[in-house]
Amino acid sequence: MSATPSGSRRESVSGDSRRPLMAIGVFALVFLAVGMVVTNSYYQLMMTLVLIWATMGLSWNVLSGYSGLVSFGQAAFFGLGGYTMTIAFVKFGITPWLGIPLGVVVGVLAGVLIGIPTFRLRGHYFGLSMLAYPLAMLYVFEWLGYQEVSLPMKRENPAAYAQFADQRMYILLAMAFLIVAMLICLKVESSRFGRSLLAIKQNEPAAEAAGIDTLRQKMVAIMLSAGIAGAAGGLYANVLLVVTPHTMFGMLVSAQALIMSLFGGVGTLWGPVIGAAILVPLAEILHGELGSVLPGIQGVVYGLAIIIIILVAPEGIYWRVRDHLAARRAAAAGPEPAEEPARPAPLAARPAVPAERPALATARPILTLDGVSLSFGGLKALDGVNLAIKQGAIHGIIGPNGAGKTTLFNVINGFIPPAAGSIEFEGKSLVGLKPHQVCWRGVGRTFQVVRAFPRMTVLENVITGAFAGSPTDEGARALAGEALERVGLAGRQAQAIAGGLTTKQLRLLELARALASRPRLLLLDETFAGLAHDAIDDLMPIIRQINREGVTIVIIEHTMQAMVKLADEFSVLNHGRVLASGVPSEVVRDRAVIEAYLGKKWIDRAENPVA
Amino acid sequence: MEAFFIDFLQAAAAGLMVGGTYGLMCVGLGIIFGVMRVVNFAHGDFMMLGMYVAFYLVGLLGLGKLFGPSAAPIIAALAAGPIVYLVGILLHRYLIARVTGAKVVSADAEGHYTQIILTLGVSLILQNGGLILFGSLPISIQTPLSRESWEWGPVFVNQARTVSFVIAVVLALGLYFFLARSRLGKALRAAADNPVAASYVGVDVDRAHRLAFGLGVGITAIGGGLMASTQTFQPYIGFDFVIVMFAGVVLGGLGSILGAFWGGLTIGMVQQMSTLVLPHQLQNTAIFVVFLLIIFFWPRGMFGRTWERT
Repeated sequence: MSATPSGSRRESVSGDSRRPLMAIGVFALVFLAVGMVVTNSYYQLMMTLVLIWATMGLSWNVLSGYSGLVSFGQAAFFGLGGYTMTIAFVKFGITPWLGIPLGVVVGVLAGVLIGIPTFRLRGHYFGLSMLAYPLAMLYVFEWLGYQEVSLPMKRENPAAYAQFADQRMYILLAMAFLIVAMLICLKVESSRFGRSLLAIKQNEPAAEAAGIDTLRQKMVAIMLSAGIAGAAGGLYANVLLVVTPHTMFGMLVSAQALIMSLFGGVGTLWGPVIGAAILVPLAEILHGELGSVLPGIQGVVYGLAIIIIILVAPEGIYWRVRDHLAARRAAAAGPEPAEEPARPAPLAARPAVPAERPALATARPILTLDGVSLSFGGLKALDGVNLAIKQGAIHGIIGPNGAGKTTLFNVINGFIPPAAGSIEFEGKSLVGLKPHQVCWRGVGRTFQVVRAFPRMTVLENVITGAFAGSPTDEGARALAGEALERVGLAGRQAQAIAGGLTTKQLRLLELARALASRPRLLLLDETFAGLAHDAIDDLMPIIRQINREGVTIVIIEHTMQAMVKLADEFSVLNHGRVLASGVPSEVVRDRAVIEAYLGKKWIDRAENPVA
Repeated sequence: MEAFFIDFLQAAAAGLMVGGTYGLMCVGLGIIFGVMRVVNFAHGDFMMLGMYVAFYLVGLLGLGKLFGPSAAPIIAALAAGPIVYLVGILLHRYLIARVTGAKVVSADAEGHYTQIILTLGVSLILQNGGLILFGSLPISIQTPLSRESWEWGPVFVNQARTVSFVIAVVLALGLYFFLARSRLGKALRAAADNPVAASYVGVDVDRAHRLAFGLGVGITAIGGGLMASTQTFQPYIGFDFVIVMFAGVVLGGLGSILGAFWGGLTIGMVQQMSTLVLPHQLQNTAIFVVFLLIIFFWPRGMFGRTWERT
């Protein structure tokens, strides 16, 4: 999904909530009106299939479209839903009215069982293992002797068994399923949950560090997705009256789920609907016309569809049309006003500040590291690090490249568990917590390489960080506004798309996102890296101000100069060890520090400056 | 007990022989994965293509009459390699290269999904196009070798499989030395290691990728051609094997040619040994389970860190 939606998506998140509902209603009415008029049972079946595959596409969309974790195995849930319903009917005489919900339950259970191990995998590994599940199930069902199971026709009281002489009833039924799925997607799109999934898609570590429990969100997504797929599978079996392992668990099922979404548009509830409405009739008609001569024509159509869409409009039809319309509207409205230049927030507008900082010498430590060690293979990245960060301080961490500075942050905020040692924040251990839990405890962080969510606006980026600071959306929005105010990104800049920002703005954005969770300790990883002198001069007062407002700050920095100006205390890290710790004037005279930074021969010069 | 022991030896021998061919096919996938970092979903379908090419070379082109019934299938399998190599080169040139290579080397995970999905499309077209061209009837290449066995003590080994095994080992080793020693091989490895740096020192990354893709599918087509004598096939056979191949490559470790071969060999053993305790139909399920276990418990060496660098 190389180019999913541009910024236009934000309308669907914050816009009028009744409009999408009305759109769904209009779509359903028009579709049903056509469906009720059509008399040819072949076309009626086709319309039913459009709805079922649209539902299946939505199931893929909930998991993969929003979160970016591409599933090649939706057939696992589809097949389980279909077979559960069929076996319940054939073996136990349970009506599909109960069998389909049962299939949903089985699908959700499978989602949980598959999700727990599989979400530990990343990238290719996730995709490949998702591929393996339905194929493994396929052979199991063949082996169990379910090569072809037909549903018995009920002559008496067929409606009680979801069997109808009038094909149009199936269209109604499928439409009901689709509407439920669309409403679920609508709810996801407009919720904190959906925004968290989008954040995961755009930058998972950043989402985790910003306080989002990524595993939990993904689990919810796969359960919803599996449930919808299970329902679609159950309905599919009920409509076709027969199941085989290949039609239920086969690769084409998984592929179709994905193709509907990709073709129509990823990450929007309309995508799969558009995709199914175009591709299903196309494939069916070609199959009907040419199927006897060209038996695989359906698969060829889907293969071509997916290749063409990837090459021509990888974001899918919906977004392509939408962007096109937006561009035409914008052209009609005339040129956009130029972006305002970055400006620091007016000092007067800031909240009242304690005039004097508490004396640091007597302050208690807010963060204590004791003997923290970590190795990567044979390399000791951290080697018995002891550190005490005083409450209210700006504590600088310096050291040459590869000294273990960023690793130290990764260990503190939970990306990597330490092999040994203890980390205490406000008297409680952080060891074993995940990054989002560390965030909830009150530790925010930024990254050396900026990790914004590039397709969200600045405000949306920061709101995502504010979820950890407030349980309500309104509260989160307020916190985000306040954080943006504090770093001077409020106003028009807040509406800019993060992908187009300058380095300085990105650094401020990350700072605001970290601040939005109301941390009491902030870990800043080379906030000044890649910035010009004047930009650094702009940033320094902002960081000082944040510190004066009561946030303890640990900052990694390369350049001594900036550090001496900013930090109350210093620690020098080299080869994973703390060489020296203390006030700047003492640390810069430390022999070990000079050696690490300048080499041995400089020690003599430093001690005998005459030469 | 003794009977079980002999069964065990028999399955191990069969696994070794089958595994050799799997190993060769894994080497093909491994080159593509290693050099391009692309998961080629369609890889099994190129194997299928190799099978049909070999089949038609033996039958239609009359290789059978030319070289005799025993040698012809082997020659046809070897000839399938260059033919599918060309198909691969063209496909890369006009399709795959649009979403891989120099343009997208710096792309994030999203770029990789684009590639996977593209190869999924190729796979659907090859499978179903194959159905249109070749029909759905399962076929195989007839050779006297596949009906004969050599006796090694209490164990019988199929002659066709043994010949395939020897050819596979020779080819895999040859490819290994080619990549290790030759100038071209070094360029390939440079492009695999760091595409950006390689392009700075004058390696044509797109060309290296094209070569890797062609070689990868060509090698696998030879493996398929060899297997066509011992196994019935139809246009959908690729899919059963794509997981086999992925499992082998992941097991052997990304980027390692010999590793991929060893991985494929192991998977062949697992498949054949599983018949000792599992019903025949669950052979492939056993492979899938092994595959999942590998990526859950053994992803290191290929993926290294669990968290990308912050």
